[in-house]
Amino acid sequence: MNGTQPRRRFVSGALALLAGGWFARRATAAAPAEQVIEVTARRFFYRPNEITVKAGAPVVLKITSVDFFHGFSVPDLKLRADLPPGEVTTVRFTAPKQKGEIKFLCDNFCGDGHEEMHGRFIVSA
Amino acid sequence: MFHPNGKTLMLDRRSFLQLTAAGGGAVIASALPGVSLAAADDFYFVQLSDTHWGYTGPANPEADETLPKAVAAVNALNPAPDFIVFTGDLTHTTDDPAERRKRMAEFRKIAGELKVKTVRFMPGEHDASLDKGAAFQEFFGETHYSFDHKGVHFVVVDNVSDPGARVGEAQIAWLKADLAKRPAEAPVVVFTHRPLFDLAPAWDWATRDGAAVMDVLMPYRNLTVFYGHIHQENHHQTGHIAHHAAKSLVFPLPAPGSQDKRTPLPWDAAHPWQGLGWRDITLSGKAAPALREHGVDYA
Repeated sequence: MNGTQPRRRFVSGALALLAGGWFARRATAAAPAEQVIEVTARRFFYRPNEITVKAGAPVVLKITSVDFFHGFSVPDLKLRADLPPGEVTTVRFTAPKQKGEIKFLCDNFCGDGHEEMHGRFIVSA
Repeated sequence: MFHPNGKTLMLDRRSFLQLTAAGGGAVIASALPGVSLAAADDFYFVQLSDTHWGYTGPANPEADETLPKAVAAVNALNPAPDFIVFTGDLTHTTDDPAERRKRMAEFRKIAGELKVKTVRFMPGEHDASLDKGAAFQEFFGETHYSFDHKGVHFVVVDNVSDPGARVGEAQIAWLKADLAKRPAEAPVVVFTHRPLFDLAPAWDWATRDGAAVMDVLMPYRNLTVFYGHIHQENHHQTGHIAHHAAKSLVFPLPAPGSQDKRTPLPWDAAHPWQGLGWRDITLSGKAAPALREHGVDYA
C-alpha cells in the first residue's frame, strides 16, 4: 500500500458525490408535479366523476364522503379505500404512463343507485 | 334435442346426461318440453335468482308478474325437483326498514306457493347489505349454512351481508371447518350471490376476499359453484372448479365489461321478459352437474 491510494479514493468519492448531486437535481427538476384533487362522494355519485390526470404524474385525491361509508375502488390500479363519512380520505397513486381511461367505482353497497356510483380518470399526455 | 319431424324427443334423464356429458365442467342444454326427468338414484334441483321483488322501473314494467310466472312453471315440473334454491336478491333494496320487511313478506308469500316445500334461501346485497342481513334473518334464517342431500354436500356462502362484499375471516374459518369433515373427492355444491372470482371488478362483480374463499375450495375435486348477481347465464372455470351464474327474474344485465355502464338491458315490448329465466340442475354422483336453462313464458 502506498500513500497515494487514500487520496485517489477521496477524489473519486468526491466526484461521485458531485455527479450524484447533479443527477439528483436533474431528476428533481424533471419530476412531474403532484396533482391534488378534491372529490366529494355522495349517494350515488362522485363529484367530479371525470378527472383528468397527467400521465406518469403523482396524484393525490382528497375524498370526502358526506353521507355514507362509501368505497373508492380503482380495480385497474389495484387500489381501494373506505370513505368514512365526514372525514377526508387521502388516496395517492401515480398515473400510468400511457394515455387512456381508468374507471373507479364505489365498492361498498350504498343503496338503490349504488350501481350508478362510478367515474373515470382521463390520463392525458 | 328435437326429432327431425319437429317433435321433441323423449329422453330419460340418464340418456340426457349421456348425450350431453361432453361439456366438461357442466353439461348445458336449453329447456326441453316433454323431457322426462325421472331417474332412480340421481336428483335435480331448481335455481331461481335475483327476483328483486319490489322493483319498479322501466327495465321491467311488469316485474310483479315475473316471479309468480316462474313459480307456476316450477310447479308444473314433473317430477318435481328435490328442492329449490334462491341465490339472492330476493327483494329490491330500499332505505326504509319497514318497506324492506314488507317486500320480504310479500316475496315469502309468493315463494310459499311453490309446491316443493324444501326451499333454500340466501341473501343478495339488495336484501342484506344495508342492515347487515338483519331483516333477511328475521324472515329466512341464517345467511350462511350447509346441508346434505342424497350424498351431496351443499354450502351457502354469504358474500353480501358485509356491504364491502367480504365473506370475512370468521365465515371463511367456518367454511374451512365445514368442508374439512368431507374427503377431497366428496361431491360439493357451493351457493353464493356474488361471483367468488374477479368477473368484472369495475362493475363490482367480484367478492373482495373471494381469493381466500377459493383457496379453501380448491382442494375439493368435485366442487361446483352456483351464483347470481349478474342477471345472466355465465360459465367460468377456476382450475377444476366451475362457476355458473344464473339468469335473473327481473331484468337482464349486459355481458361483463361489454359496455361502459352496467345498466339493465332495455325492456323490449316486442319480446317481453327476454333474457329472464331460471335453471334446473341434475346431479348424478360425481359427474359434472347437468344444467338446463328455462325462459319465462310471457303468455
